[in-house]
Amino acid sequence: MCVADTARDVSGNAHCKSKEAEIKRINKELANIRSKFKGDKALDGYSKKKYVCKLLFIFLLGHDIDFGHMEAVNLLSSNRYTEKQIGYLFISVLVNSNSELIRLINNAIKNDLASRNPTFMGLALHCIANVGSREMAEAFAGEIPKILVAGDTMDSVKQSAALCLLRLYRTSPDLVPMGDWTSRVVHLLNDQHLGVVTAATSLITTLAQKNPEEFKTSVSLAVSRLSRIVTSASTDLQDYTYYFVPAPWLSVKLLRLLQCYPPPDPAVRGRLTECLETILNKAQEPPKSKKVQHSNAKNAVLFEAISLIIHHDSEPNLLVRACNQLGQFLQHRETNLRYLALESMCTLASSEFSHEAVKTHIETVINALKTERDVSVRQRAVDLLYAMCDRSNAQQIVAEMLNYLETADYSIREEIVLKVAILAEKYAVDYTWYVDTILNLIRIAGDYVSEEVWYRVIQIVINRDDVQGYAAKTVFEALQAPACHENLVKVGGYILGEFGNLIAGDPRSSPLIQFNLLHSKFHLCSVPTRALLLSTYIKFVNLFPEIKTTIQDVLRSDSQLKNADVELQQRAVEYLRLSTIASTDILATVLEEMPPFPERESSILAKLKKKKGPSTVTDLEETKKERSADMNGGTEPAPVNASAVSTPSPSADLLGLGTGPPPNAAPAPASSGSLLVDVFSEPASAVTQLAPGSQENFASPDLASSELVSEEPSEAARGADELTHKFVCKNNGVLFENQLLQIGLKSEFRQNLGRMFIFYGNKTSTQFLTFTPTLICSDELQSNLNLQTKPVDPTVDGGAQVQQVVNIECISDFTEAPVLNIQFRYGGTFQNVSVKLPITLNKFFQPTEMASQDFFQRWKQLSNPQQEVQNIFKAKHPMDPEITKAKIIGFGSALLEEVDPNPANFVGAGIIHTRTAQIGCLLRLEPNLQAQMYRLTLRTSKETVSQRLCELLSEQF
Amino acid sequence: MIGGLFIYNHKGEVLISRVYRDDIGRNAVDAFRVNVIHARQQVRSPVTNIARTSFFHVKRSNIWLAAVTKQNVNAAMVFEFLYKMCDVMAAYFGKISEENIKNNFVLIYELLDEILDFGYPQNSETGALKTFITQQGIKSQLTKEEQSQITSQVTGQIGWRREGIKYRRNELFLDVLESVNLLMSPQGQVLSAHVSGRVVMKSYLSGMPECKFGMNDKIVIEKQGKGTADETGKSGKQSIAIDDCTFHQCVRLSKFDSERSISFIPPDGEFELMRYRTTKDIILPFRVIPLVREVGRTKLEVKVVIKSNFKPSLLAQKIEVRIPTPLNTSGVQVICMKGKAKYKASENAIVWKIKRMAGMKESQISAEIELLPTNDKKKWARPPISMNFEVPFAPSGLKVRYLKVFEPKLNYSDHDVIKWVRYIGRSGIYETRC
Repeated sequence: MCVADTARDVSGNAHCKSKEAEIKRINKELANIRSKFKGDKALDGYSKKKYVCKLLFIFLLGHDIDFGHMEAVNLLSSNRYTEKQIGYLFISVLVNSNSELIRLINNAIKNDLASRNPTFMGLALHCIANVGSREMAEAFAGEIPKILVAGDTMDSVKQSAALCLLRLYRTSPDLVPMGDWTSRVVHLLNDQHLGVVTAATSLITTLAQKNPEEFKTSVSLAVSRLSRIVTSASTDLQDYTYYFVPAPWLSVKLLRLLQCYPPPDPAVRGRLTECLETILNKAQEPPKSKKVQHSNAKNAVLFEAISLIIHHDSEPNLLVRACNQLGQFLQHRETNLRYLALESMCTLASSEFSHEAVKTHIETVINALKTERDVSVRQRAVDLLYAMCDRSNAQQIVAEMLNYLETADYSIREEIVLKVAILAEKYAVDYTWYVDTILNLIRIAGDYVSEEVWYRVIQIVINRDDVQGYAAKTVFEALQAPACHENLVKVGGYILGEFGNLIAGDPRSSPLIQFNLLHSKFHLCSVPTRALLLSTYIKFVNLFPEIKTTIQDVLRSDSQLKNADVELQQRAVEYLRLSTIASTDILATVLEEMPPFPERESSILAKLKKKKGPSTVTDLEETKKERSADMNGGTEPAPVNASAVSTPSPSADLLGLGTGPPPNAAPAPASSGSLLVDVFSEPASAVTQLAPGSQENFASPDLASSELVSEEPSEAARGADELTHKFVCKNNGVLFENQLLQIGLKSEFRQNLGRMFIFYGNKTSTQFLTFTPTLICSDELQSNLNLQTKPVDPTVDGGAQVQQVVNIECISDFTEAPVLNIQFRYGGTFQNVSVKLPITLNKFFQPTEMASQDFFQRWKQLSNPQQEVQNIFKAKHPMDPEITKAKIIGFGSALLEEVDPNPANFVGAGIIHTRTAQIGCLLRLEPNLQAQMYRLTLRTSKETVSQRLCELLSEQF
Repeated sequence: MIGGLFIYNHKGEVLISRVYRDDIGRNAVDAFRVNVIHARQQVRSPVTNIARTSFFHVKRSNIWLAAVTKQNVNAAMVFEFLYKMCDVMAAYFGKISEENIKNNFVLIYELLDEILDFGYPQNSETGALKTFITQQGIKSQLTKEEQSQITSQVTGQIGWRREGIKYRRNELFLDVLESVNLLMSPQGQVLSAHVSGRVVMKSYLSGMPECKFGMNDKIVIEKQGKGTADETGKSGKQSIAIDDCTFHQCVRLSKFDSERSISFIPPDGEFELMRYRTTKDIILPFRVIPLVREVGRTKLEVKVVIKSNFKPSLLAQKIEVRIPTPLNTSGVQVICMKGKAKYKASENAIVWKIKRMAGMKESQISAEIELLPTNDKKKWARPPISMNFEVPFAPSGLKVRYLKVFEPKLNYSDHDVIKWVRYIGRSGIYETRC
């Protein structure tokens, strides 16, 4: 009686004509079985087995079975193999863990495990492994290791026990107790029976990944086992020889196990090296069989051996041999082999020993890129080219990748674009080449060039004086093409706006021609690009006063001044007024050339990492970075801000909004006009530059929300005070979160003014009604701080987000924080939430740069004891100088380097702007690493300010 | 506009495939098979949307008929066409089965060419079709005259009837076929009830007769009754309110709209004159009184009484009561006073059949159901008890008042026509909750 018989019984000899017929047949069969199981009649084992088997079959056909469990459990206690087998089968398929029968089942399994009958033990172990639930692990995790290491257990049972334990360990590792059995498991590697060894190796590999120390002894055993297999003649292992390859599975598993550990001590290492060499040698031998299985098995062992060699990364000789071996595979007929070879070579390329060897295959790889039919293989080839690139072959590789880009598969284009951009930047010897490459890139695959790429070009062009003229000339020429990509227009607009004057001398690119060229593209572009071009025009007004009237005419035209898009309209209006009202001096100041960007980790690299997932590229990048640091130290961006408190999204990062205002960063051009009024009223002190393309600085809700999501939500759980502290050094983040509501903040401050965007996110799917946020200030606070908000819409739809803008003016220094009270109706109940808004005095800090002597002179001027506040406190966080630096900058003051004689100390300076007064502040932070203490000294011209700032800053470290 | 029409057997093999428009590709055939016929979960909806293509299907025994379109068509139109298609096929070769379709596939393609043109439904009147699509193989060539006659008829104003029909006996049959649907609460409260009826006419009349059909429609009766006040009181009881009705294409709708009189020139042979629906004052032929008692976890006692509620002189036929049983039934004992009852395991129900039953009688069945205890906590949902029957009257109360025939050209009058009227009331979905 087997399942096939049942199938015939249940679905009838003739196949059922239709689904309905099948259902009828099954209903009938079920009714029959039910009447048999009714309980008053005792069934013999055979029929019980038959009906349980039928039920199982019906269940597998997709029908619900809700009875028969008891009968199946009864079958477990039978002494016949077939009955027991069906019982176990039914239970492993149908019984769920919360069933009340589980105790009976566990009992039966226990009996079988103790029965010493190998077949019954095997069945029980298989059942445990098949169910593999937590409950099973709880019941048997202690038992199975005993069976595994008991001396008198049969080989087949040992095998099953090892695999069963592996399964339990994978589902619930915490329940498998580690004990003295572990050392005995290791000795299973010496077992006579190769099946046991194979099962044990799988188990040990998994266990060793978690507890490498306990299984350290397995290394030498594994090596000796491996060498015995490798050196054995193909006939020695009889059953375990697969198409003339001795025990390929076991070899692969042993090699994997060895990859959990660093290279072993010299004695064992010699033997291992011998093994690996033998494997490499065998690969050279002519194949013993033409069957594909033979070569598959052989290559599997070979590839695993190569990854072990790469993992150890210590034997130059082996690495080079491995590389050569892979080189042969690069031209192999088999696509899979080519793929694997390329993949392994990628990792080989990062090893210092084999990097050169890999490079010798560059021609083959490039050829593969051109002729390969399989997309995935081509993609590996691109990866490999990227990995093997260094200064010597960068030009060739970049050129090849650009060539390939034109025909590349759409799915991988963006990645190639990023890679080309990174390589071009990293290995650029001469930046004219870099500019050419990127422009080419935009020309070939404009759609796939992400924002980051062209941001980066502009950063580099602005930071390097030597290429600016060339860049302006090249973009000007590139723009002359009748159809050019929007990204090119963006780059062109930005660069000409900054450096158009450098090529204005040439009559072929006179100011007017430049302007007309850009303006001819204007109408074909999207809104953000047009906005950028408008900024370019106003920059032209400054650069070339002779075309001022032309530009004013353009700005004045109805299509600009009355544009439907608010952003464009506003820019047009503001720029037009700016150009007519402001004197040339002011224009020159306002529209000055952009200052160099701070060097930081390339955002393109960050993007590529994000795309590829953290593991693969990062390691590669890390290692590559170390190697190339000396080659290309200048451009390799030092990860200054990598350790900063928050990681803002890349686009914000580029223009320096994220972690706090870097010195001289351009604040956002006004979107409400009030900031622009400032520019006019205080032209002398304002060092504002209008940057083309700076609309990225605006806190667009999308950007904000994406950032909000990325914040870890658990932060909301902390106390309110702590929340406020969190925001002392940063401006954006999640202020509050519960099951219903998320409140996010995004704020910007300048001088004594500030603007805060509060985002209320409805996390539920139902509407919030009468949603009323109110700001509550105490009387005292009201006189010091002026807050203005607009009411928000009283209904918030499910899943929606509403934004509220708070305009802030600091009148005088203050200590308290305003409270944000939110009331709304959710479902039938009234909800009330109060949080402190993190508006603290330090937000109105403006950094001041000063030299050492200036600093100490002012320090001495503020020697009045009321003006100084000192606080000595214990560090709450690890004392990392980079983080401390970032925090001081985030706090708002300038960080003054090389001022304090002791380089470990931090010194900062800034001015607190209020409407009534400007208060100068100096601060000094002295860390004491041994005692894990800080001493913070603050001197300001006002006592209360010193007090408050000291309180705020002390909480941060 | 139908893009294509496919007929499948139960295995999903295509028997007939006719594509009318280019936007339907070959893969549409497979899409329907994979997503509907072979779907893992049984597809209940008759309209399926797969990759912006709509599939409308009807099932006749083991045969699937599917109409496919990419446009936003009137679904009711498509189904009307599919039903008509079934009728046409049935009229040509009887039962729609795989074998019949295979044997007649040339004919079916011929029919499809005729009744659907570029996806637009055309004349699907069986009588008219039979004049020029025949099954007798190649007949002796039609004469020119005959050919032109067919053309003029098919393209003419009265496309459903040809001229020059002659019968020795002028005869007509009227069938009022109704199906009554009911959902009743265990306490006997009507939760929903409606009757959908059809008036089917079989006419064997000479010439081009003009017919006028009258029934006890409330509006007509009231209109007529305005003159004599006492008559409205009398006939008001007997008149019925029709909720909505549709007519065969031969009925002059303008006349119906203005005078509410149903006048037409009938096609020769059988056709469906009208379809209607009523929801008020329905005569429910049977009342089902269920009694279900759970005795412990393993036993269930069911008692069902049915009462017939019509004139004692009438006889109901083919009565069948279906009492659902729980899914864990392990044994059933049934006792019934009348008819035969049996537990059908394959349908999970007790089926009680009574051949005949007169009006104003009652009958009873009681059953003991043994249950197998399961570890499933789900409670039995207690599906409703359903019933099937056939009664010789119209549950809606519809009465045919007259059917007048005028044939001015030929010399036979209304009195010479032999008229037969028959009422049949059947059960639709007739359920009582228990």
